[in-house]
Amino acid sequence: MKISVVKDILEANDRIAQENRAIFDEKGLVVFNLMSSPGAGKTSLLEKTIDGLKDHLRMGVIEGDIQSSQDAERIARKGIPVVQINTGGACHLDGNMIRDTFKSFNFDDLDLLVVENVGNLVCPAEFQVGEDFKVMILSVPEGEDKPSKYPLMFHESKVLLINKIDLLPYVDCNIETIKEQALKVNPHLTMFEISCKTGEGLDAWYSWLKEAVRSRGVDLKGK
Amino acid sequence: MAPAWWESQWVFIVHEMSIAQSLIDILREEMVKHDAGTLRSARLHIGQLSAIVPDSLSFCFEVMTSGTELEGAKLIMEIIPLKGTCRDCKHTFEIQDYTFECPECSSTEIDTIAGQNLSIVEMEVD
Ligand SMILES: Nc1nc2c(ncn2[C@@H]2O[C@H](COP(=O)(O)OP(=O)(O)O)[C@@H](O)[C@H]2O)c(=O)[nH]1
Ligand SMILES: [Mg+2]
Ligand SMILES: [Zn+2]
Repeated sequence: MKISVVKDILEANDRIAQENRAIFDEKGLVVFNLMSSPGAGKTSLLEKTIDGLKDHLRMGVIEGDIQSSQDAERIARKGIPVVQINTGGACHLDGNMIRDTFKSFNFDDLDLLVVENVGNLVCPAEFQVGEDFKVMILSVPEGEDKPSKYPLMFHESKVLLINKIDLLPYVDCNIETIKEQALKVNPHLTMFEISCKTGEGLDAWYSWLKEAVRSRGVDLKGK
Repeated sequence: MAPAWWESQWVFIVHEMSIAQSLIDILREEMVKHDAGTLRSARLHIGQLSAIVPDSLSFCFEVMTSGTELEGAKLIMEIIPLKGTCRDCKHTFEIQDYTFECPECSSTEIDTIAGQNLSIVEMEVD
């Protein structure tokens, strides 16, 4: 007997992600999902961003890792709330894992929650966690062919941070080609060239992020 | 830093495992609903833009269903090409090389209408 079903396989996760999103909205909390390959600079970006915006908004972080809590310790040293999720092998965070962290935060004390996803250019893009938008990092040593090799993540992201530009003199990588390739896959992508080592380009990212939080109706301290 | 070969393979298998688990959950639910005892096959539509590797998914499905009432079921997977509609001129077209630009009017206001999702479309049960 044949039965026709027509069901999205990721539906169960999407539903949980929507429930998470409703909770974030109710608390007036902006959430972004930070994705990249291992080592592209997610934790470094967060360390910088926490310092750069500490007078303007109250941040919290969820650290996703297969195992270990080193990244969470790096963030905790900055004195902001952070919760570690060990996925125990899974290559991405999902809506359920995010929901399990809620009891560890006081959302009333936060303006922005960042989810550092498991390092991987493939899977995290497919699983919503309830975020307002996705931010991805590509570091220049990874090469300019990544947008066409991993189109989904580039397509799903709102912002692309091209990191480690301090290394440009040492690697065969043309930043204009990265941008061109990324814009083919996602013509609406906002891109910043940054170095978490020298700090170059980070001010533009901070301004963009402040504006993104403000445009969602969150009152920021200072300006 | 490029991941080691085993690292990239591992990621694919792990990813397909979680997809296979969601798939199995839905199949079980549908079988109960239709009072079915065995599953012969399930037909899936895999969007070209989704990050699924069909062979890995088949492999995970086989491993994860062995010894259960789903054992031996075949996954029939069809890759669905990416399609978009231009918001400006309403032209509908197949998106080539993941380039989200209208071939008629060069607009980049494209709504994806096919090729992004991962769905079950049909099951054959006894
Ligand atoms: N040269 C250089 N190194 C960087 C930069 N950003 C991060 N790194 C280094 O890259 C490595 C991985 O960074 P990390 O933030 O842990 O990456 P994650 O795995 O994506 O969280 C660390 O050794 C960082 O110091 C950068 O802009 N320039
Ligand atoms: Mg990290
Ligand atoms: Zn058009």
